[in-house]
Amino acid sequence: MFSNFDFDVIRRSLGYLFLDGMTFTLTLTALAVVGALIFGTLIALMRLSGFRLLGWIAGLYVDLMRSLPLVLVIFWFYFLVPYIGQWLTGASRPVHVGAFTSSLVTFIMFEAAYFSEIMRAGIQSISKGQPAAAQALGLTYSQTMRYVVLPQAFRNMLPVLLTQSIVLFQDTSLVYVLSIPDFLGAASKVAQRDGRLVEMYLFAAAVYFIISCVASFGVRRLQARIAFVH
Amino acid sequence: MIEINHIDKWYGSFQALKDCTTSVAKGEVVVVCGPSGSGKSTLIKCVNALEPFQNGEIIVDGIALKDPKTNLPKLRARVGMVFQHFELFPHLRIMENLCLAQEKALGRSHQEALAKSSKLLDRVGLKGHARKYPAELSGGQQQRVAIARALAMDPIAMLFDEPTSALDPEMISEVLDVMVDLAREGMTMMVVTHEMGFASKVAHRVIFMDNGEIVEDALKTDFFGSPRSDRAQKFLSKILSH
Repeated sequence: MFSNFDFDVIRRSLGYLFLDGMTFTLTLTALAVVGALIFGTLIALMRLSGFRLLGWIAGLYVDLMRSLPLVLVIFWFYFLVPYIGQWLTGASRPVHVGAFTSSLVTFIMFEAAYFSEIMRAGIQSISKGQPAAAQALGLTYSQTMRYVVLPQAFRNMLPVLLTQSIVLFQDTSLVYVLSIPDFLGAASKVAQRDGRLVEMYLFAAAVYFIISCVASFGVRRLQARIAFVH
Repeated sequence: MIEINHIDKWYGSFQALKDCTTSVAKGEVVVVCGPSGSGKSTLIKCVNALEPFQNGEIIVDGIALKDPKTNLPKLRARVGMVFQHFELFPHLRIMENLCLAQEKALGRSHQEALAKSSKLLDRVGLKGHARKYPAELSGGQQQRVAIARALAMDPIAMLFDEPTSALDPEMISEVLDVMVDLAREGMTMMVVTHEMGFASKVAHRVIFMDNGEIVEDALKTDFFGSPRSDRAQKFLSKILSH
């Protein structure tokens, strides 16, 4: 049944697919994960801070992000960020923001909501006695968080964070809607140029499948290795 | 050293402490006992402000806890506390457990902290365990590390919150031995415990609590000789009858 398929199209476009497309996808994933970790920790700390207003704002933010489809957020950010930039800087015309920056900001904002919930659960999984012991030794609130609570929480939640990062890796393919040539976008461009839709989309699926599977396997291995003995 | 004046504490509508007043003088060892849920752990946690209280005042070494100018972390660094469940930091080695607060709260150099820690680990008989993680030690060993960790801060007083309640029976004495030594050296101590043997050996005074109230606050000899309240008599007869 594959007799009239041309799988050579894959070989011919490998350079474009991986050097351009996959590099973009991995860069976007890595930067988004780092940004979302930092921003997500902040939101989680806000929710746990005990200041009503801060907690309320953070909660509203998380609920909002989690109630919207990612594609919609990508769109909105792409169109809105230039105007927000204009408003913030007081410039006379909308600030020019590249598709990459816009999608990066979107993924950081969006994933931070999910990451923050994972972290909140991770922080709450630490027994109350630990921060009490740290404070009894004279550590301040921020020292207690930094040296006692967060290191333990991070270790507990690392597998879940990595799993969520694998989901993020797959989700970055949605930048397709901004016609950015990420891996899927590149595959799609080749597919349409050469009229080889089935071959290219099969190949793209196989690549996402293999990378995600290997990564998941790695996470499970890691999980077994760092499991805490209490 | 520690003055507790008319403390009231509520958890929502439940009153955990009712008008508690007592004091611990410098060098004094005070044992707090009573049935579970009587408020004794809550009371001791109020002394270093780990638990807030609504009414009354606690003064530690001349510093009022409720005074907004009081730097609570700084005060807590000077009062050692040992918990029922040890609460060593599981992600840090024993040596790091001892050094962390010395460096971060007292600003000691790493060298200084290491030297102090080694000395105290030796003192509690755990010199060879410095590089282990808490989970590699037995309960009794962990609790001795916890005592060393508190002592490393050169505390002016030590608070013990049921330090042997979570231990297997054969490990209780190794922890009590360390505490008895401390008491004999003149450390100011407030100890919540059911270990009446410890109380009769080193305590100066015994406080008996029930239902959030201090029912009896007596010298050791009076308390074990003839407690004035029925409730204390009942409690003693229950735990001493075996």
